[in-house]
Amino acid sequence: MSESLLRRAEEALLPPIVALLVALILGDILILLFHESPAHVYGRMIEGAWGNPYGFAQVLYKTTTLTFAGLAIALALRAGLFNIGAEGQLAAGAFGAALMGIILPAGTPGVLAVPLCLLAAAAAGLLAGGVPGVLKTKFGAHEVIVTIMLNFIILALLNWLLVEHFRVEETLHTAEINAGAVPRLSEFIPGFHGSAANVTFLFAMAAAVWCWWYLFRTPGGYALRATGLQAEAAEYSGIRVGRVWIKAMALGGMLAALGGTNFVLGYKHYYEDGFTGGSGFLAIAVAIVGRNHPFGVVLAAFFFATLSQGGLAIHALVPKQMVEVLQGIVILAMAAAVPEVQRALRGVRSARGATT
Amino acid sequence: MNPFDFITQTLRIAVPYLFAASGGLVAERAGIVSLTLEGFMLSGAFTATLGSYYSGSPVIGVLAGAAGGLLFGLLHGIATVRFRADQVVSGIAVNLLVIGLTQVILMLLFDSSSNSPRVEGFQAGLSGFGDPLVWLGLASVPVVAFLLYRTPFGLRVQAAGEHPEAAASVGINVRFIRYVAVAISGVLAGLGGVYLALDQHQFTNNMTAGRGFIAIAAVIFGRWDPWRAGAACLLFAAAETTQIQLQGVAGIPSQFIGMIPYLLTIVALAGLVGRAVAPAALGRAED
Repeated sequence: MSESLLRRAEEALLPPIVALLVALILGDILILLFHESPAHVYGRMIEGAWGNPYGFAQVLYKTTTLTFAGLAIALALRAGLFNIGAEGQLAAGAFGAALMGIILPAGTPGVLAVPLCLLAAAAAGLLAGGVPGVLKTKFGAHEVIVTIMLNFIILALLNWLLVEHFRVEETLHTAEINAGAVPRLSEFIPGFHGSAANVTFLFAMAAAVWCWWYLFRTPGGYALRATGLQAEAAEYSGIRVGRVWIKAMALGGMLAALGGTNFVLGYKHYYEDGFTGGSGFLAIAVAIVGRNHPFGVVLAAFFFATLSQGGLAIHALVPKQMVEVLQGIVILAMAAAVPEVQRALRGVRSARGATT
Repeated sequence: MNPFDFITQTLRIAVPYLFAASGGLVAERAGIVSLTLEGFMLSGAFTATLGSYYSGSPVIGVLAGAAGGLLFGLLHGIATVRFRADQVVSGIAVNLLVIGLTQVILMLLFDSSSNSPRVEGFQAGLSGFGDPLVWLGLASVPVVAFLLYRTPFGLRVQAAGEHPEAAASVGINVRFIRYVAVAISGVLAGLGGVYLALDQHQFTNNMTAGRGFIAIAAVIFGRWDPWRAGAACLLFAAAETTQIQLQGVAGIPSQFIGMIPYLLTIVALAGLVGRAVAPAALGRAED
């Protein structure tokens, strides 16, 4: 019993640790190129992210979007599908929420307006994620390519809608929403003053718990995981694999889209072109480093949010794009470490088994 | 605009696509997913700028650009072939890494986060056809077609992508073939980026702007055949030329023209223009 628990912990934790160590070492070399001390730079980073309430609140704000998008990707991955479309899905959700907020008359009570905005976002995401799911199931179109292509299509479509129909003159954003905002966290915690962190953070945590419950405690989640482990075996055992694929992609799209409301409902109160800034792609790293477990995703989202916020604090010492480099290294090392570490562990275990 | 100008402009716009699609095709036929083309192009553009800037010679720039593409091609190869990393994940990581690294080094060398100083390029006279890279780009399609279909190496590449186990059983070193294929794709896609950078006489941040993904679209739309992929590149470039010509004229919004390659790819993948059959072992690590 404890043996298997130890084994699971080893398998879950070793690859991320190896990946982070590799990233740390390569990051050190880069920092040294700028004639700075790595300890100093990392210290600044952590201080900027966690050293004051404002920085920490900003980390929570970034964690929110990354958690939603990371869950979207993790859920699809559990079903054996790669959803690269979170970037477009985030934008679609944000646009949906903003449109609903604009259409609703001012003075619509929040208890009505917020759910309606979330619903509009969810619907947009359901469509953005569902289409690749259906194309995969009905036509065998590979979801990786379809979701990448859909990112470009969705962003171009939203850009056209914005520029031709919905923007405020001379800007790249819509009008402010009339109804549907959620409160900032600073209303409850005064130290967070000035930060964009808002109640959507709590939605994100709830979404993670829901995903965990769905994946590990419901028949639907069981079917989803079985499909991901062995689609053919799942099909033989009576699981309708095609439906699971559509559901996993659509649910994922919906989750990512809800992540887009963090910006619209909690921060700016309008949709702005380019607000996602690559969060949807970074979320792939979040899902992978989080090992596709909802709680792992939350931790990984918090980690990458820390990197991103900390990156702002080191700008005087080294370029803040250093953070992107570190992210790239973490993902690459993680992808390489997973099969390698698993093989090494197998080797160690069989050696252990042979001696006892 | 007269038809001659339309054709020359289309060909010039197609050059980076042709380079990258030809390269991506070689890697994909060997079984390695090419979501990395964007990163390869960007790294080629960047190192070409450095080479040309420090030597004052565009020829050195081209060599440096090819080396830059090669470097990241090998990185993707090591991750996916040696370490059997997931090819999609590795591809995304390589792209992220290149975007970040080019900006960091831009800061380190030129103290600018947006663009490099002006560099020497080729004389582009003759409607742009004075640039040897244009001819190289156009030649990349027949060269790759010859390599793939008419040489023993090409047959091995196809075997590695279709049935690695069978290939290994007749003594083909699948890992080695895949390394070479991904290296070729790095060099070719890198040259696509070189053309962009030297043509504009500088490197600007993220200057490939999704062209690598259009090249992937061309590979898929061309059903993994060099000639058809090349034709797809020309088609996409012609759409872009049309859009540039129609600018300011009331017509189709540019955003919709930009969508064409991506929409066509989805249509192709959905099997609506004949089945798009990927190499059977695409994305699979060789055991």
